[in-house]
Amino acid sequence: MTVVVSGDVTVQGEPLIELVGVTREFKTPGGAIKAVERVSLALGQSEAMCLVGESGCGKTTTGRLLAGLIRPTSGQLLFEGKDVWKAKGDELARFRRSVQLVHQDPYASLNPIRTVYQTLSAPLFRHHKARGRRAAVGVASELLQRVGLTPPADFLVKYPHQLSGGQRQRVSIARALSVDPRVIVADEAVSMVDVSIRISLLNLLLALRDEFRVTIVLITHDLAVARYFARRGRIGVMYLGRVVELGRSELVVGDPAHPYSAALVAAIPEADPTLTRSKERVELRSAEVPSLLRLPTGCAFHPRCPLFEEGLCDVKVPALLQIGEAREVACHVAVRERVPAAELLAAH
Amino acid sequence: MSVAAIARPTMRARITGPLASTADFLRLLSRKPLGMVGLAGVLFFVVLAFIVPIFVPYQDFVDVKAIYQPPSAAHPLGTDSSGRDVWNQIINGGRDILTVGLIAGFFSTLIAVTFGSLAAVVGGKLDALISGAADFWLTIPHIPIIVLLGSILKFNSIFVIAGFLALLAWAGLLRQVRAQVLSLKERDYVEAARSLDLGVFHIIFREILPNMRSYIVIHFILAMTAAIYGVAGLTILGLIPLSGQNWGLMLNFAYVRGALYFRDSLWYILSPVLAIVLFQLSLVWLASALEDIFNPRLRSSG
Amino acid sequence: MPRKGEGATEQLEADQVLSVRGLSIVYATRRGPVQAVRDVSFDLRRGETLAIIGESGSGKTTMAVSLVRLSPRTARITKGHILYRKGDETIDVASLGDSDLREFRWSECAMVFQAALNSFNPVISIWEQFLDTGRAHGMMRTDDVRTRSGELLSLVNLDPGRVLGAYPHELSGGMKQRVLIALSLLLKPPIIILDEPTTALDILTQRAIIDLLRRLREQLGFSMIFISHDLSLAAELADRVITMYAGTVVERANVKDLFYRPRHPYSMGLLRAVPRVTGALGSVASIAGSPPDLIHLPEGCTYNPRCPFVIDECKLREPDLLAVDMPQHDARCIRWKHVAEMIGTDEAAVAEKMAAKA
Repeated sequence: MTVVVSGDVTVQGEPLIELVGVTREFKTPGGAIKAVERVSLALGQSEAMCLVGESGCGKTTTGRLLAGLIRPTSGQLLFEGKDVWKAKGDELARFRRSVQLVHQDPYASLNPIRTVYQTLSAPLFRHHKARGRRAAVGVASELLQRVGLTPPADFLVKYPHQLSGGQRQRVSIARALSVDPRVIVADEAVSMVDVSIRISLLNLLLALRDEFRVTIVLITHDLAVARYFARRGRIGVMYLGRVVELGRSELVVGDPAHPYSAALVAAIPEADPTLTRSKERVELRSAEVPSLLRLPTGCAFHPRCPLFEEGLCDVKVPALLQIGEAREVACHVAVRERVPAAELLAAH
Repeated sequence: MSVAAIARPTMRARITGPLASTADFLRLLSRKPLGMVGLAGVLFFVVLAFIVPIFVPYQDFVDVKAIYQPPSAAHPLGTDSSGRDVWNQIINGGRDILTVGLIAGFFSTLIAVTFGSLAAVVGGKLDALISGAADFWLTIPHIPIIVLLGSILKFNSIFVIAGFLALLAWAGLLRQVRAQVLSLKERDYVEAARSLDLGVFHIIFREILPNMRSYIVIHFILAMTAAIYGVAGLTILGLIPLSGQNWGLMLNFAYVRGALYFRDSLWYILSPVLAIVLFQLSLVWLASALEDIFNPRLRSSG
Repeated sequence: MPRKGEGATEQLEADQVLSVRGLSIVYATRRGPVQAVRDVSFDLRRGETLAIIGESGSGKTTMAVSLVRLSPRTARITKGHILYRKGDETIDVASLGDSDLREFRWSECAMVFQAALNSFNPVISIWEQFLDTGRAHGMMRTDDVRTRSGELLSLVNLDPGRVLGAYPHELSGGMKQRVLIALSLLLKPPIIILDEPTTALDILTQRAIIDLLRRLREQLGFSMIFISHDLSLAAELADRVITMYAGTVVERANVKDLFYRPRHPYSMGLLRAVPRVTGALGSVASIAGSPPDLIHLPEGCTYNPRCPFVIDECKLREPDLLAVDMPQHDARCIRWKHVAEMIGTDEAAVAEKMAAKA
């Protein structure tokens, strides 16, 4: 039985969807890269989780692996305990419907020549959730109401270019909901939307989680968004294709266990002049981000890590191990000392 | 708002939508003089070739006294080697050529679009098969094939010729359609459709192809021009044993009857040449203007 | 020798380096003329950093680009002046001719564009970019350009040997942004304008760019204007902040006044809409509604459809910029006193204050 954190309550039970030791390789002109390497991630029902990292960390690839849009090179994707990629045709299609992706770009996620009604009704008809136009209009209207686009009739007839970015994202979410998914992967879904309405979209996702008992995975590079969204859930931090920290969001942000997370939290500028100008920085040994084509040996973060220990960090890849209740970190030093990196760095 | 109104976007909605309605389209076209000329030319020749002959039937009387007459009131474009009115022949000579062009253009576009998009969307072995076939076809020299098949098949009907010309042209267009569809396939909304399990048919015909409408229309027009040149050229060279009247045949007769060597027969030769060339030009100008119009940057925004 | 533009009847004070007065810009579009910028005024003092904050449709980029007169042909300055103090003279950039403009650009005022947005010519190397820019603005000797570009690249923590020979696509986003900053300093301009300098960059790269700008400013002493939708950038670097909405300035204040004591409901809404990473979350909320269509602006105050404090009078006419209870602080709102009552004068984040009230 896996322990899965959901909300304020630690829930015990089987995970709903799980990546087990998944690696995904891509061929590039420079050679093969591992966009994601031996990542294990278990998500429970109704969980709100955030995957955070900078560009090239593999968070988008992880999201697409979860959604079944790309296939692992090795490792398994389990849904309700069953291996998805070993399922036959029909079951694979059923799984795909159960995990929906909401894309980043509100201007590309909707077909420009189809009205909102046409976009929403297609899956309804296809999967027999509505018979006939009257029923489809009814269900589509309900969906629009659930995502806060009212009055629905006004929006059903519109084309995407007649809607704002935030409204388009809501339509995307409504479309995802139309097939009763169990998991929604929101890939940078608020990054291209105006700052002043991001919170309302995040609140919508959280409300949907409560109402429909959907697990929501938000992928973002913005730690502030991650903290807000997952404030009663977990945050996973990724670096160069590996998960380096996974745990309760308040802890990851307030007392980061991995030196990379600590560096991120310290580096992020805040909308508060006194706070941000007096923040303690974490000095990294090098500013260069290694290329995925030439990953450093051992721990991928070692060339930049202030806690680097020669002979240990550059030799052995750290495993993601528990360091407290519902907290995992992939750092030799933090695990050995049983102390989060943030505290070790402060003592440094 | 009624269910019907929601389910089927009204003309009003379409006018403000990304599709240009007729009014919007004409307004955009009016900004492009060449396009207007092209459209006018196409309409002119279509009317001339299909409608006017209903009222002005072919005059087949031979008048030996009026061979190779220059243009006059009675004969606006002069006469031919048998004293027949050239203008009359031009009127009645367009129908076959344009019909072949239309049908061949339509079929080659249909084949290219259907199989090109299937190859791109389904991928894998089907793609390898279709692309391979297209590549193979592209390497075959067409003229020897035509001559060969001309001796085996019976080119006695317009539709056979049209079908044949369509078969010649599909390969290049298919490759282009496939490339275009491959790029559209990567769009987020197509990925969403796959994720929602909407099916290959829906993805091709409801998501991707409608976004290529302009592309397809323009290619259809250009396929038509290719087919027309094809049939005209083949007729002139005598490789197609068509009877009846058409512009190509006029030139074939001119060649066979030695009209090329007479100065008096200038109008007889020039007329069909001009007819073909002007029609092609109109098509090309129209296509070029359409390309500009369908450029998203010019579309009216909501 | 730049001539005085017509209309530069005013002279700027010695410590004022730039003054925008009543600037209005209209865009010609197929749907009709769009008032992208309406009656914008602000001052920039020597050595000062000004942040212009706004979201999509606020007009901030249109306005910034017009300061160096790099607007597209469809945009026209219909009213107002851009007064620039050069030496002892004051010139009006809005009415400069082409050759004077070229002298003005880059040597008096340089612009750093967003690196992510194809700001480089992809087929020439970085060195050629420096050379072209140098030559275009009067640096005729190749050796001069070479020495200077080497200096500048080192100044922005890049290795000249590695970067000069490279092509844009070979550099990362952070490196490209640094190159653009180095390019802007080529002729030692007193004013640098930056358009979204940290957007689309990773957190650690953003941090490096922010620290770099701070250091350069200390070392070289230029005045800086940057445009962004990112409030935290203003919190880091700005001395003064302007918020723009629907093409006009809605609030002008010193940085701490804006963040802790905003007086315009939009600024307040914006501050509440940005969650923090460290520190208390406070009461965070989005602003209702969407930005207005610039062709069909609402009657009266353009923010009124979204404003939680709206009263009937707000829909009658657009307010002027009114001085509020803090020094050098204006807000375009007739209810600023109400906002002041809600927020008070404490030095704490707006979101926290709102949480305490709830």
